[in-house]
Amino acid sequence: MSSGLTRRSTITAGAAAAFASLLGSRLAFADEKAVAAEIKKLYGDKAMAEGKIKLDVPEIAENGLVVPVNVEIDSPMTEADYVKAVHIYADGNPQPGIVTYHFTPACGKASAATRMRLAQTQNIVCVAEMSNGTLHMAKANIKVTIGGCGG
Amino acid sequence: MVSRREFLQATAAAAAIATASGLGPLGRAAAQQKLSQADILRFDPLGTVTILHVTDIHAQLMPLHFREPSVNLGVGPAKGQPPHLVDAEFRAHFKIANGSADAFALTSDDFVTLAKTYGRMGGLDRVATLAKAIRAERGDDKVLLLDGGDTWQGSWSSLQSKGQDMVEVMSALKTDAMVGHWEFTLGAERVKEIAESASFAFLAQNIRDKEWNEPVFPPRKVFEKGGVKIAVIGQALPRTAIANPRWMFPDWEFGIREEEIQKQVEEARAEGAAIVVLLSHDGFDVDKKLASRVKGLDIILTAHTHDAMPGMIRVGDTVLVASGSHGKFLSRLDIAVKNGKVADIRFKLMPVFSDAIAPDAEMAALIKKVREPYAADLAKEIGRTDSLLYRRGNFNGSFDDLICDAMLSQRDAEIALSPGFRWGGSLLPGDAITWEAITNATAITYPNCYRMEMTGAQLKEILEDVADNIFHPDPYFQGGGDMVRVGGMGYAIDVGKPMGSRISGLTHLKSGQPIEAAKKYVVSGWASVNEGTQGPPIWDVVRDHVAATKTITIKPNDAVKVTGA
Repeated sequence: MSSGLTRRSTITAGAAAAFASLLGSRLAFADEKAVAAEIKKLYGDKAMAEGKIKLDVPEIAENGLVVPVNVEIDSPMTEADYVKAVHIYADGNPQPGIVTYHFTPACGKASAATRMRLAQTQNIVCVAEMSNGTLHMAKANIKVTIGGCGG
Repeated sequence: MVSRREFLQATAAAAAIATASGLGPLGRAAAQQKLSQADILRFDPLGTVTILHVTDIHAQLMPLHFREPSVNLGVGPAKGQPPHLVDAEFRAHFKIANGSADAFALTSDDFVTLAKTYGRMGGLDRVATLAKAIRAERGDDKVLLLDGGDTWQGSWSSLQSKGQDMVEVMSALKTDAMVGHWEFTLGAERVKEIAESASFAFLAQNIRDKEWNEPVFPPRKVFEKGGVKIAVIGQALPRTAIANPRWMFPDWEFGIREEEIQKQVEEARAEGAAIVVLLSHDGFDVDKKLASRVKGLDIILTAHTHDAMPGMIRVGDTVLVASGSHGKFLSRLDIAVKNGKVADIRFKLMPVFSDAIAPDAEMAALIKKVREPYAADLAKEIGRTDSLLYRRGNFNGSFDDLICDAMLSQRDAEIALSPGFRWGGSLLPGDAITWEAITNATAITYPNCYRMEMTGAQLKEILEDVADNIFHPDPYFQGGGDMVRVGGMGYAIDVGKPMGSRISGLTHLKSGQPIEAAKKYVVSGWASVNEGTQGPPIWDVVRDHVAATKTITIKPNDAVKVTGA
């Protein structure tokens, strides 16, 4: 029960505050428009349909540095009907593009999993390009929190 | 299936007392209705299965005072719904008479007066007496005892023994299974060590190793009691890696994992389970939402948010039970099964009145033994309090005011931040502040009290972030706990607003000046989730402040202005 306590006025070096992780300096971040612009570069103003995409991400990131993202597209993956490409974007990171996957019918299944770094609470946008040229889109919001104070 | 009458049998005696006077101090408004051990145990048995549920004991082996909250706001669909009722509204909802034993156990107003009448609550030797009596009445082969977690943390002896004191006591209580949250702050290795050797099952369907996404603990266990198969699915706090330091269990991921719960239910049914129980540490509002989305759960035994309710809450075909905290209550559920399905459930939240229940001699001896190495330190009187010291409440508690005052004075800070923990006992005016009392409110494995500069903008950002963790209208975004406690600074909060616009009017209390966004302030706080935090343990900071002050007086705290509730 000894106390090493003094009234030091110095700021403890490296004292990581309870709430430090969001307190860093602010970079310039992408936004919804930047994501839309990226998609437009590839697909112009083509219509986006809903459905077919199962975007599995946590509601809240447990670690903003490595947030798991799993995506699966409902497709028979035959020569006649398959998923050609899947793009994942984040609208709150310095760069909107996260990853692009290319598929062939030989893949058998259009699914992929990765981890991404998220700087702050933001939307993840997934665009799937089908072999017939149609596009599907799904969106999910992931909260990045400073944590602490639970229970 | 379960009538309101049955829900309320815990309070039937209380409800019979007229509440007509309703004026003046509540303690004098109704006749004293001390309960006897027989009153507490009285139960009209049903079926062939009894489930006993304790939760959020927070390592409290001994009887204590624990004041329930006077502010417990619900947001979104939870607004004004139980458990988000306090005091008169809570008593009206559950038909509890003013001044009654249940009023003392479950509500906060007039706590000090009623504490003198009804005494302390809890003590695991008393819980053991109740459990033994129920086992004797029903037969051991019909009783399942389940622990909702937050059991191994919250006292000096559990901190020093790395949870060993609690593991021994919970084994002696013949616990069948438990789940975890604060347990994980002992570190992954220690938790695995206990889980693999303990006499009870340590269950968690929602903890996976990061590399292979494989379950770290068994997701469920099937028990056979009273000729019936009961599947117990474990659910750890889904937000553990956010709420607590994830570097203590770096290879684990959590999350709610609804779809996996659904799979567990289906597998359990396929194995012939007639009763499927979710032993959960999600928190009440999360479980209420989960019950509306996962099909086939008969019972959710809730935890984490420390709610105690003398009635079950039904959502579809699922009933939710909230068994309080700190050993104050033991829940009993009797279940009748017909044609392989739950036909009826009868419930009682048994209040553990320490003075009414004879301590179980064996358990009392074990508790004495596990506390022995620390007994001299625990009893040491550091100072006294003139004020009621308590923790619970969404925005502040007088014990937290004491901790903030300690940080302001001992760490020479302008602003203090103290986590909104819901655990730790209450002290009555005139009580000694012992080492045990201080450590009951501070005993964690990451206690360092930091001192650093933060800008006004950063302080606001912290308040916004924590507020969203409590007042997000979707419970799946709530992590439990209460608002971070602030010393030296006031603010206004509109709980109904979205993230980023709830907090306003930050004021430096000493100068009366507004907090400036760009200005730096010296801030002290504790319980940082970041590795390598520097500073003395918070219990030493509080001890030095109490020793220097001798007698603690906490003024009413009106530094937080709340709207939108």
